[in-house]
Amino acid sequence: MNGSFPRALLPGLAAIVLGVLFLALLLTFESQWSVGALLAGGAAVVFIASRAGLLSRAATSFDTHEPVMAGATILALLVLAAWFAEDHFPLLMLSTVLLMVTSCLGLTVQFGFAGMVNFAGAAFFGLGAYTAAVLVRYTHLPHLLSLPAGGLAAGILGSVLIWPMLRTKGHYSAVVTIAFAILFKTFLEVNDTLGGAQGMKIRNIVVFGWKPNQDIEIGSLELSHYLIYFLAALALAAVAFVFCRRLERSWIGLSMDAVRIDETAAACFGLDVRRWKIVAFTWGNVLAGMAGALYALMVGYVAPNNFTFGDSLILVSIVLLGGIGNVWGVMVAAALMILLPEKLQAIQEYRFLLYAVLVMLILLFRPQGLLPRPLRRYLPGGAGR
Amino acid sequence: MSGSLLKVAGVTRRFGGLTALDGLDLDVGAGEILGLIGPNGSGKTTFFNVITGVFPPNAGSIHFGGHDITGFAPPAIYRAGIARTFQRSRLCLELSVLDNILIGNQLRLTRGFIFNLLRRRRFADQYRAFRAEAVDLLATFDPPLARRIEEPVAGMPMILRRRIEICRALISRPRLLLLDEPSAGMTHDETRHLMDDILEVRRRLGGELAIIIIEHEMGVIERITDRCAVLNFGQKICEGSYRAVAADPLVQQAYLGVE
Ligand SMILES: Nc1ncnc2c1ncn2[C@@H]1O[C@H](COP(=O)(O)OP(=O)(O)O)[C@@H](O)[C@H]1O
Ligand SMILES: [Mg+2]
Repeated sequence: MNGSFPRALLPGLAAIVLGVLFLALLLTFESQWSVGALLAGGAAVVFIASRAGLLSRAATSFDTHEPVMAGATILALLVLAAWFAEDHFPLLMLSTVLLMVTSCLGLTVQFGFAGMVNFAGAAFFGLGAYTAAVLVRYTHLPHLLSLPAGGLAAGILGSVLIWPMLRTKGHYSAVVTIAFAILFKTFLEVNDTLGGAQGMKIRNIVVFGWKPNQDIEIGSLELSHYLIYFLAALALAAVAFVFCRRLERSWIGLSMDAVRIDETAAACFGLDVRRWKIVAFTWGNVLAGMAGALYALMVGYVAPNNFTFGDSLILVSIVLLGGIGNVWGVMVAAALMILLPEKLQAIQEYRFLLYAVLVMLILLFRPQGLLPRPLRRYLPGGAGR
Repeated sequence: MSGSLLKVAGVTRRFGGLTALDGLDLDVGAGEILGLIGPNGSGKTTFFNVITGVFPPNAGSIHFGGHDITGFAPPAIYRAGIARTFQRSRLCLELSVLDNILIGNQLRLTRGFIFNLLRRRRFADQYRAFRAEAVDLLATFDPPLARRIEEPVAGMPMILRRRIEICRALISRPRLLLLDEPSAGMTHDETRHLMDDILEVRRRLGGELAIIIIEHEMGVIERITDRCAVLNFGQKICEGSYRAVAADPLVQQAYLGVE
């Protein structure tokens, strides 16, 4: 320690501040013109920064000082939430983004690490949501338990689905997940106990004798109840991030990479290919299920239309856009993919079309994603000599 | 037979109507270097694939170190102590040199979730120990390459890839190493160096490592093997010292393609 502020941190911190500022403006602006101008401005800044080599310096800060960057990101998001403390919509949006980040981190373990494409991400998210809804509505279990229960349900059902997936070769296992995604939604629609196509409402959630779905009054301040959910979603995303990161930087991540890249060679070096696929698929679904359960409690209702095959595609495109296997890329991509259609009515109706075009463009021109995954670094900081 | 490490008896492997291996018998003693030669398509690579469990045999038995390993899956065979390289290099190109070598160390990597995710101190200790071992091993083959251990394999020339692949196979300290045309795509001198390095590592490991090497360079075979076996159309047509094998009329016929 020489007491001086490490200059290597600056580009990364600047990126975080600018990113959060961009988010704040995006969530504040109403008129389509100002949103459009903001997007153009943001794109210009990114372009110039990348030309000036600042982007890669920011990437280096994240690479070499990750704990500091992660802490700074959390802090910046907390400031952002405090800024919007009384407004429902921005907090709801931010929380949704964080829950999508958690789900996509799950997909990252499955797809980015172990190479299993999962086109049923939204179904596992929905499974967690419905599990939470049923627990709150039909049982007397503490409502907070619905979070782990949602993750557990998704993990268990996923480990049933994995068997037909392991029996199919190559990309056909992706077809199994597509079938499941469609089956799941159809099942919900025809099941009257679960509310059919209308879905069901969840009311009167109580956590430790306290009702998180009511706004909080402190003196003259009336804080949005979404603030609590934002904090919960942030905590969940942070845990998921640490989980993914440590997984990647361990023998488990190494084994999953080996399985993804060459199954036969991996098997010849003692790796149990099926085992690692099961592990990756199960944990990925647990993350999606927990995110789904929190989502259900937050919005107070669940309906089949929230968990369609189209939503699963969005999750996959976030992972593709962010850079397959890159845990930071997922965050940037999730924010863009979730918030832009909400704020730009012009693209809202065509969002699926746009996503499809975007995914094709990425696969054609930058198959490693916007932010390609860097080489593994087992220990934080230096090369670990 | 004293010290028979690998004992292959009557092994047959078919692909559809094609019999790639036809009732093959072969023994390898501990610490022995056996050359496996034969024309293209004679079943040499298939023999490796059958021993390592990639393709189970249709008939016959394989014993290793006195245990029956017939029909075992590849991971179990690796755990028994057999490691290999591939004819067409099969490294993970987007991973670092170190990652590729450590993949071969599966036997000794601690795989539990608690250890890997929560005991990061102990993980770091294990990481440093194995890293040092990988650097040491690689330095035998190529000291400059040992300093580039953090770099991705993609973009490295074939000779470096071969060295990395051999280190990946050796780091688990196998009792039997299977080398499938290690000199493919390399010059005479490069091949010579590679072989010397392999022998050097073998000597350092105590000389107990047995090797089966598939090779077209007869100079290599002559120099390093104790014994040779010749395959043709999936059958062993000859076995013995290099001199005896090279002089055998059946072998000359097989190579020249005369009936
Ligand atoms: N996976 C496979 N499927 C079908 N045929 C195969 C397969 N592997 C090898 N063969 C066939 O088996 C024969 C022996 O091949 P191989 O063992 O690769 O020969 P070598 O390594 O001696 O050149 C060839 O005719 C080849 O076409
Ligand atoms: Mg061959």
